[in-house]
Amino acid sequence: MSSVGDWRPTASLEVLAARARVLAEIRGFFAEAGVLEVETPALSSAGATDPALGSLGTRYTGPLAPSGARLWLHTSPEFPMKRLLAAGSGAIWQICKVFRDGERGSRHNPEFSLLEWYRPGMSLAALMDEVAALIGRVLGHPVGEERLTYAAVFERALGVDPHGEPAAGLQAAAVRAGVAGASRLELTGRDAWLDLLMSHCVEPGLGANGITFVHDYPPSQAALARVRDGDPPVAERFEVYVRGVELANGFHELADATEQRRRFEADNARRRFAGLPAMPLDERLLGALEAGLPDCCGVALGVDRLVMLATGAERIDEVIAFPVERA
Amino acid sequence: MGIYSTNEFKGGLKIMLDGDPYTIIENEFVKPGKGQAFNRVRIRNLKTGRVIERTFKSGDTVEAADVVETNMQYLYNDGEQWHFMHPETFEQLTADATAVGDAAKWIKEQDVCIVTLWNGVPLGVAPPNFVVLNIVETDPGVRGDTSGGGGKPATLETGAVVRVPLFVQTGELIKVDTRTGEYVSRVKE
Repeated sequence: MSSVGDWRPTASLEVLAARARVLAEIRGFFAEAGVLEVETPALSSAGATDPALGSLGTRYTGPLAPSGARLWLHTSPEFPMKRLLAAGSGAIWQICKVFRDGERGSRHNPEFSLLEWYRPGMSLAALMDEVAALIGRVLGHPVGEERLTYAAVFERALGVDPHGEPAAGLQAAAVRAGVAGASRLELTGRDAWLDLLMSHCVEPGLGANGITFVHDYPPSQAALARVRDGDPPVAERFEVYVRGVELANGFHELADATEQRRRFEADNARRRFAGLPAMPLDERLLGALEAGLPDCCGVALGVDRLVMLATGAERIDEVIAFPVERA
Repeated sequence: MGIYSTNEFKGGLKIMLDGDPYTIIENEFVKPGKGQAFNRVRIRNLKTGRVIERTFKSGDTVEAADVVETNMQYLYNDGEQWHFMHPETFEQLTADATAVGDAAKWIKEQDVCIVTLWNGVPLGVAPPNFVVLNIVETDPGVRGDTSGGGGKPATLETGAVVRVPLFVQTGELIKVDTRTGEYVSRVKE
């Protein structure tokens, strides 16, 4: 795969300097906010159960593991950070490299930098304020924002109700919207159709004039967020979009150990159905939730995409020194 | 032929879709952080030249198109068909006007072209990047003008018309870039 010149970085040295400034701004932001910087392991005995996340595996062999132990590279530092919260850490943040198998494109590299932080006692709305303030600080100017529900952005872009419309109706909406090949796509379940519409029809129009926060997701897309009863019930989750790019994902964090175990097992059932290997559950996270996770909100933000925004880059390769082909 | 998964998609890959051969122009990986991944591709129909978009679920597979590009020597035109010969196997085949397309106005006997074959049948012909052709007609220009500015139309032996500098005359050989259709230089015999 190697060729002449591919030892070189794909990012210019100017952009790498801008990247360093973004990292310094983030550090300054959290230092001023009094949030504690932490580090957690990139290796985990448990993998991500979410069928949409592919975990990269590796092995440790040595003292205490003479015949080798299977370990997974984390897809986000969420679980060990929640264990710190349960241990009484208070507000914490970190930037770390995370790893996701199967993801490579103009906005994806299988190894990327994630900024993740947790705020005990803070509301989801207040966390959105903090996300907007951080983005404004990194860009060097305040950024306008709007907050819309998941239902509202679907209504605006497509005129469909994402909570009620059955899969066939979502497919018809994709065909009407001109998603090429939508009539012949075979997707499993409503959520995959919602993802198709979100990524092809809704997302490109979000954050055109600043930040768009999309909140109140279908409960089937709660991931690790709490579900709020109502008509319809919604997941207390938000996503952050700027110029059509998904930048961050926040939750009012699920703290119920029983519900968490149920979701892990439901994830693994969906994995098996899709022909994917089931993943070992993170029993230490479940132990921490049983001991008690403080009521908190948390958010994960893609640092590479934030640097793209700050530098006007079109491709992730322009903001990372060495993408996977040159790793 | 084989099967390609979306993970093999890249510019230039030849795939079958709805019974027609296509070449991938651009492949975009699209995935919500917590959702289904898709490959959104721009593809060119190798029969019609039309460019379309198509979305695949990541991990889906498509049939490979048996499309090869091969160097072949242009022999002659019989009035309807263009005849080509493989320079090593001496195998001959014919291409119609649709397949030859714009190449018809640049190629002359013995030029080596790139012929695109689908299941052995010519789909397209690319002329050499540079061809040397005789000017059969152009207005007498003003001698001494070497600026190259302005210029005038000149009809070539193949029927193509290109703009040439004023000092270039009927009967001269010129080199033309077939990709742009532009005059490059005069050629001494």
